Amino acid sequence: MLILTCPNCGVTAEETEFHAGGEAHLTRFGPGASDDDFENYLFMRDNPKGVHFERWRHVYGCGKWFHAARDTVTLEIFGTYTAQTSTPPQNIIDKISDRRPDWQPPQKQ
Amino acid sequence: MKKYSAFAIAREALRHHTGWQRAWRDAQPKKRYDAIIIGAGGHGLATAYYLGKNFGITNVAILEKGWLGGGNTGRNTTIIRSNYLQDPSAAIYEKSRSLYETMSQDLNYNVMFSPRGVIMLAQTHHEVRGYQRTAHANMLQGVTTEFIGPEKVKELVPIININGPRYPVLGGLWQARGGTARHDAVAWGYARACSDMGMDVIQKCEVTGIRSENGKVVGVSTNRGDIDCDKLGMVVAGHSGHLADMAGFRLPIESVSLQALVSEPIKPCMDVVVMANTVHGYMSQSDKGEMVIGGGTDGYNNYTQRGSFHHIEETVRALIETFPMVSRLKMLRQWGGIVDVTGDRSPILSKTPVEGVFINCGWGTGGFKAIPGSGWAMAELIAKGRSPLTDAFGLNRFQEGRFIDESVAAGVAH
Repeated sequence: MLILTCPNCGVTAEETEFHAGGEAHLTRFGPGASDDDFENYLFMRDNPKGVHFERWRHVYGCGKWFHAARDTVTLEIFGTYTAQTSTPPQNIIDKISDRRPDWQPPQKQ
Repeated sequence: MKKYSAFAIAREALRHHTGWQRAWRDAQPKKRYDAIIIGAGGHGLATAYYLGKNFGITNVAILEKGWLGGGNTGRNTTIIRSNYLQDPSAAIYEKSRSLYETMSQDLNYNVMFSPRGVIMLAQTHHEVRGYQRTAHANMLQGVTTEFIGPEKVKELVPIININGPRYPVLGGLWQARGGTARHDAVAWGYARACSDMGMDVIQKCEVTGIRSENGKVVGVSTNRGDIDCDKLGMVVAGHSGHLADMAGFRLPIESVSLQALVSEPIKPCMDVVVMANTVHGYMSQSDKGEMVIGGGTDGYNNYTQRGSFHHIEETVRALIETFPMVSRLKMLRQWGGIVDVTGDRSPILSKTPVEGVFINCGWGTGGFKAIPGSGWAMAELIAKGRSPLTDAFGLNRFQEGRFIDESVAAGVAH
């Protein structure tokens, strides 16, 4: 069972209070985009075995979206951060590097 | 390989069971194979078996990082059915179901296929309409299903409560020829048959890299050395994304944990499979008497083979209302399997951007029932470059917008 802290309202609660929203930091493509870009945005996912950046919504709380960095194997949560960013903030990257020295931040596609 | 038969049992009984042979050889990797299949679960072994049986390709290795059938093949709830809505799904699942009927004879290995019938309960008016539509679609596809009323459901399943306050049973989609089989035996039977054809089933052999030259596959690197091949089939379910990454392409797949649990063994009380999709629960009784219960998937990506506790709680809470006797059962075991889920909840059987590499994945929460059909179709795809059963399941369908949308139609607790 995951314990998450919502960075919007500061509440710490277990996972039934939240809803997962899939991979974070996808670049949106719309009209005028190439087929490859649109397919990548809509369907293709990194699905890593290890560190994963993802979107969550505090559905039974403040109702707002935020981001989390989590390990998909150990379920360790490295931290949560605002949804108003397109890349993970430095303090989260540092925290992950502390815990996973071999980990490389993903290159944006 | 000696044949299994009633006579063999009698013969061995008379000589203290000293004549039984190993079911499959413990093979060492060779330098080169015509085809390598990664993943010795049901789908991988079935692919290798039909490569040999239907196409005469027997210089094949099946590589497995753990042990044979140790992934989802041994973790599912063993339900076999083919009552899907879309035509391409019905074709491959019905092929699969029909192959299960003769599998024990084909493999000379008792897979305990039990065509006991599968009911999918309709517990909302929306589901009633959905299943009536599926029954009509199945009629056109040549899949025998029937929409039945609540009285008939009660007759087939005496322990059910059809007047529940929250989820009354309004009817059900009944497939009399669906059922269950022993999942381990399916993997073991295929492994024995593959080994008998001269194929190498290599356990504890983890693929660490995929080698290609000029966009064409030349072999794999493993923890037991490099192995060359002309053709490579990836059949690794939840870990497909990981392997695709090694080969240099991405997949429209997310891996999540799906849970199941079994109760203590009790006397026979239910001789059909019941699926209650509104409440994310399905149940059957094993030959040992345990009630085998399947639950829902986690909402977030993970590789834990465990699953969130609250899903078990939700499943059991809802089942107690439909099957009041469940409340008196003690549960023995709970576990999870990593299922690979695609955007349209349909599998991918396809060529890939790397020439000579084929992928079979994305079976999500319903892979066991598809093992023989998937292997049959995948073998044809690898041997001939295309198969009528796999045409619709290509990777390109996501770019072209030709989805095989079973996310609602299959009506399963995805």
